[in-house]
Amino acid sequence: MKRLTPYLLILPGGLWLVVFLVVPLIFMVSVSTQQGDVVNGFVQTFHIANYTDALGQYRTQFLRSAVYGLVGTVLAILLAYPVAYWIAFRGGARKSTYLLLVLLPFFVSFVLRTVSWKFLLADDGIVFEPLKSAGLLPADFHVLQTTTAVIGGLVYNYLPFMILPIYVALERVDPSVVEAAQDLYASRVAAFARIVLPLSLPGVFAGVLMTFVPMTSDYVNAAILGGPDNTMIGNIIQTEYLVNQDYPVGAALSFTLMAALLVGIFGYARALGTQNVLEAAAR
Amino acid sequence: MSNIQAGTGAVAAVPDLSPVPAIELDGVVKEYLARGETVQAVKGVSLGVAAGEFFSLLGPSGCGKTTTMRMIAGFEDPTRGVVRLHGRDVTDVPPNKRDVNMVFQSYALFPHMSVWENVAFGLRRKKVQDAEIRRRVGAMLEIVDLTGREKRRPREMSGGQQQRVALARALVNEPRALLLDEPLGALDLKLRQAMQLELKRIQREVGITFVYVTHDQGEALTMSDRIAVMNDGLVEQLAAPREIYERPATAFVAGFIGTSNLLSGTVERVVDGTAVLPLAGYGRILAADAACEAGATITVTVRPEKITISTEEPTGDVSAVRGTVSEVVYLGTSNSYAVGLPDGAEVTVYQQNAHDSSTTAERGDSVWLSWQPHHSYAIGS
Repeated sequence: MKRLTPYLLILPGGLWLVVFLVVPLIFMVSVSTQQGDVVNGFVQTFHIANYTDALGQYRTQFLRSAVYGLVGTVLAILLAYPVAYWIAFRGGARKSTYLLLVLLPFFVSFVLRTVSWKFLLADDGIVFEPLKSAGLLPADFHVLQTTTAVIGGLVYNYLPFMILPIYVALERVDPSVVEAAQDLYASRVAAFARIVLPLSLPGVFAGVLMTFVPMTSDYVNAAILGGPDNTMIGNIIQTEYLVNQDYPVGAALSFTLMAALLVGIFGYARALGTQNVLEAAAR
Repeated sequence: MSNIQAGTGAVAAVPDLSPVPAIELDGVVKEYLARGETVQAVKGVSLGVAAGEFFSLLGPSGCGKTTTMRMIAGFEDPTRGVVRLHGRDVTDVPPNKRDVNMVFQSYALFPHMSVWENVAFGLRRKKVQDAEIRRRVGAMLEIVDLTGREKRRPREMSGGQQQRVALARALVNEPRALLLDEPLGALDLKLRQAMQLELKRIQREVGITFVYVTHDQGEALTMSDRIAVMNDGLVEQLAAPREIYERPATAFVAGFIGTSNLLSGTVERVVDGTAVLPLAGYGRILAADAACEAGATITVTVRPEKITISTEEPTGDVSAVRGTVSEVVYLGTSNSYAVGLPDGAEVTVYQQNAHDSSTTAERGDSVWLSWQPHHSYAIGS
């Protein structure tokens, strides 16, 4: 019985994953090479061309998604690091309050928050209208339906996923280690660059994983804040499934995206040295 | 560097006494603001540490010893007072510009660096030439007996080894002084005792001034040339270990260092410098060099091992007090007796188990305690 306990513990979660992830995945792999339509049904014909056609047709959206994901991730690191640092080292007794503030947006639905951005950034909304009538902004100034709006929305929505892992990594840095560096003739800047930054890299690594993947496959921000020139691959997949009801193409696109992300993540982990990163994280 | 002592009451011999102390604290005060109230962690400490000295700051937790050390290192700014290193005022100098290094209680080794990189860190920041760094790091690792483990990461090493890396990392910079913050606190007893000897050896070898913060009185007595006993933000006594033990300046020092018996009485007369304190009906205390006059009420301290226990009234010019044995504890090499006096005080007595017959007193026995006049040491309140 004792030896079985660990397996019993993973059983519910494991079953959940098998039923709701593995089974649909296998089903989707099968769909991705079928042909037909919703009315007459899809037939398995091992039509690999679904992949090449989809990739050829939507190359621009694929590339755009990758660029948005990369730019958004870099911006998120730049914004999140100082916040995480401040909470970890200057938060004092109020650390948990500040963390709660970081998490507070999650209490409101993702879509609702993005829609409220649309409201704030509207061409004659509460922010721009007064500025325009005061002559501080040109009358044709707009943010909605631009790349800026979509990337801004992506960064906003996924920022907490970057802040939290970096915070956790920084929180684990023993302040006396920083003092030791200063005691050994390192200036504040040198102590940060040689001690704090390297020790917090596992957090940045985890943050990148948690933000780059969902940012790249996101479709809500492009749909609500973007225009026709900001369509991401997520929007295409959504349209193929729900509007065109072309399930094979939607599935083929999904798997192409998944493969691209996996390759990207593994390449990234390799370049950064997973061994070192995981070792440091396991400390 | 030897600490020459000639019996009880010898003046502390300070090694290598140079005119300018390696470290000098002048009226140093540290105040914190805690919940709107000003708390004084250090209430005015002035002391000098001689070059090459093994100096200990000893006291219970919260006595201000660590704050005092952190002000020497530069991690805390004194609210008032001056910190000097070899005569130079460094009160406003940041830690990275001070020529002292610290060994942290938690070792604070850089976990992402190898042993070699840890030890070379300070030299690299000082832009020492690579060849020189290799030479000095190699030599230092040899001193702390870690040659061959250069590539290890700190977490792959035992506590004692990490301790030695921390020591090497600080000493390799050849600082004017090395500050050690309870460095042996995390080690088990056996390792701690071995490291005490090791530290003493290394200090002799490198000849650097050590300032050692500890709450362990045994550690301080074994290792130090001089000890500053701190309590409640002030230095209670600053002297050589033997002096601290034999002639505690205050009741706090007497109580904190080892076990001590405190007895009070009124001086009846002083004969040749020896004060006589009769106790109503149960004996008398003789205290040599008590520096007091007839009629004064004084407190004397007597160490438990100086007291002889016997069933017959002692004769001669000795302190002699009668009491009842309330507890006997067998300690192996010795017996510990608790003897109750008629006034309610309790006296602890250690008696060596030198002879089979020495264990004569039993619980409830009426006994005489006696000790030499120079073992009664009058203390300030």
